Amino acid sequence: MDRIKAGIIGPGNIGADLMYKVFRSKYLEMGMMAGIVESEGIRRARSMGVKTSTLGAAAITGERDIKIVFEATSAAAHLNNAPLLREAGQIAIDLTPAAVGPYCVPCVNLNALSHEPNINMVTCGGQATIPIVYAVSRVAGAEYAEIVACISSRSAGPGTRANMDEFTETTSRAIEVVGGAERGKAIIVLNPADPPLMMTNTVIVRVKDRSVPADRITASIGEIVAEIQKYVPGYKLRVPPIIEGEKVTTIIEVQGQGDFLPPYSGNLDIINSAAVAAAERLAANLLGIPGEEPSK
Amino acid sequence: MSEQHIHVVDTTLRDGSHAVRHSFDREQVAAIAGGLDRCGVEFIELSHGDGLGGSSYTYGFSKVDELELLKAAAEHVKNARLTVLLLPGIGTIERLKEASDCGASAVRVATHITEADVSAQHIAAAKDLGMFVVGFLMLAHMSEPEAIAEEALKMESYGADYVNIADSAGYLLPEGVKLRIEALKRALRIPIGFHAHNNLSLAVANSLAAIDAGAAYIDATLCGLGAGAGNTQLEVLAGVLQRKGCETGLDFYGLMDMARDVMPPIMQRPQVIDTGSLMLGYSGVYSSFLLHVYNAAERFKLEPRDIMMELGRRKMIGGQEDMIVDVSYQLSQNRKH
Repeated sequence: MDRIKAGIIGPGNIGADLMYKVFRSKYLEMGMMAGIVESEGIRRARSMGVKTSTLGAAAITGERDIKIVFEATSAAAHLNNAPLLREAGQIAIDLTPAAVGPYCVPCVNLNALSHEPNINMVTCGGQATIPIVYAVSRVAGAEYAEIVACISSRSAGPGTRANMDEFTETTSRAIEVVGGAERGKAIIVLNPADPPLMMTNTVIVRVKDRSVPADRITASIGEIVAEIQKYVPGYKLRVPPIIEGEKVTTIIEVQGQGDFLPPYSGNLDIINSAAVAAAERLAANLLGIPGEEPSK
Repeated sequence: MSEQHIHVVDTTLRDGSHAVRHSFDREQVAAIAGGLDRCGVEFIELSHGDGLGGSSYTYGFSKVDELELLKAAAEHVKNARLTVLLLPGIGTIERLKEASDCGASAVRVATHITEADVSAQHIAAAKDLGMFVVGFLMLAHMSEPEAIAEEALKMESYGADYVNIADSAGYLLPEGVKLRIEALKRALRIPIGFHAHNNLSLAVANSLAAIDAGAAYIDATLCGLGAGAGNTQLEVLAGVLQRKGCETGLDFYGLMDMARDVMPPIMQRPQVIDTGSLMLGYSGVYSSFLLHVYNAAERFKLEPRDIMMELGRRKMIGGQEDMIVDVSYQLSQNRKH
């Protein structure tokens, strides 16, 4: 079967893990791994038979058969690259906090974004928690939603560490915009325990309509968990929904698939898996293959 | 030899906020902050117990927004520096700017003892706002002296005016405090501070150990009001430091009067070492977990100390109050099987 060629800008840990996920894809294949300097990541891609370049976005836009580009660099780099990709007619899947395009959480709103030239993957914590917020808000409304994401210190790269506010502010906003909460709040904790802890996320939602039966809320959450598990197999409920009056508490764990990064890096696995799931849907569209509709 | 000067940082209106479940109101804040200022306290820390932006399901909602409380305090504080706590990951620079507009002129940027690098952005932003900035390393018992010094050096390099270590679990014995402060003293050019919890009845003793090892800033609260078994009791510390011959500028009698007259109507429970607080200190668990553990123990019909032991075993750190529900749920499931 034909596959759509994908490019990756940024050959670091995220880019490498994305590459392994693209190798496994039904609809995607690697068109190029691009960086701005010769690096371990570039050499790794080359050794696996992937075309590489150290000319960054300029090299990718020169490859006419690349239709989808993952941006795994920094917000500043993507602000520069986004217009170039757009001009070249390449769809950008942005894993940086630049958020040039709309937020995408695949199991919630991918269908609505299938014609966007640029989509943003929010944050790792956002990918893990916003589906739960959405699952509650779609049946009972959400006056307020709060999430606590705990990731292993070893899995928090220098970008995250240097800019914690970017995580909390972006995630809070996306809880509102994508999750459907009137007000969102996000908290992140880095835990240095050794052996490293799996990524855990607590989601607490204050519902608007208290008359909605508890089993309807629980069922809605169960359905969305099944949706996420299609692209993140290591996603599971640690504590099933506890419903006390207007307050719904759910705790989830994300174990990574160990493609390139260790299993405790569930935070990086989930944002990469979400990015590839989004890319696959767009690729299927380009190939004229009707996708299954995600539950709404 | 001249008297050793000790800077006392009062945190009744911040750490003490845990003990009253974040219910301080404007009148209480005005009375406490105004009184502390008159008694010569140099720093008055005020924010949600978990720092700016801490008001939440996870840490407890503030009865009155901390920014309103800052404004109320600012009206009554003439000499002291109104100080806020900020934990990157919970509070943001945006919130810090608002606090600064409400009268805060100092901030303590707090991270876990091994994670100093997440404070760089917030320390720099605070310096840009012209604030006095403290690097605050929490759960000091969870790391070794030399490793702590490396983290503290990072905070010094970001521009901190002093670095404070917190025995947030009230776990350390005086010798452990001494070794840590000495390591910092050897490594840093800037002054060192210490924040104690009284879970093992060692808050004053540990504060003295810190001073003897070279600490110049000491945290305390009126009546010891604070998370777990509370903090170093301010009025006691004032008397002890006077006996020791340290210069603090504190009005010992004035602080005793506040402890006797102002605090009792505000306190919701006696600030004592109950079984729960003792277990925090014994098992090395973050003191702010105490009342949340009591809630969960009731909700899941568990013994609080079983929850604490498991939290300690899992190495949960400050800010992970959400995991109290997780641990309680798992324990209650195990019981069923």
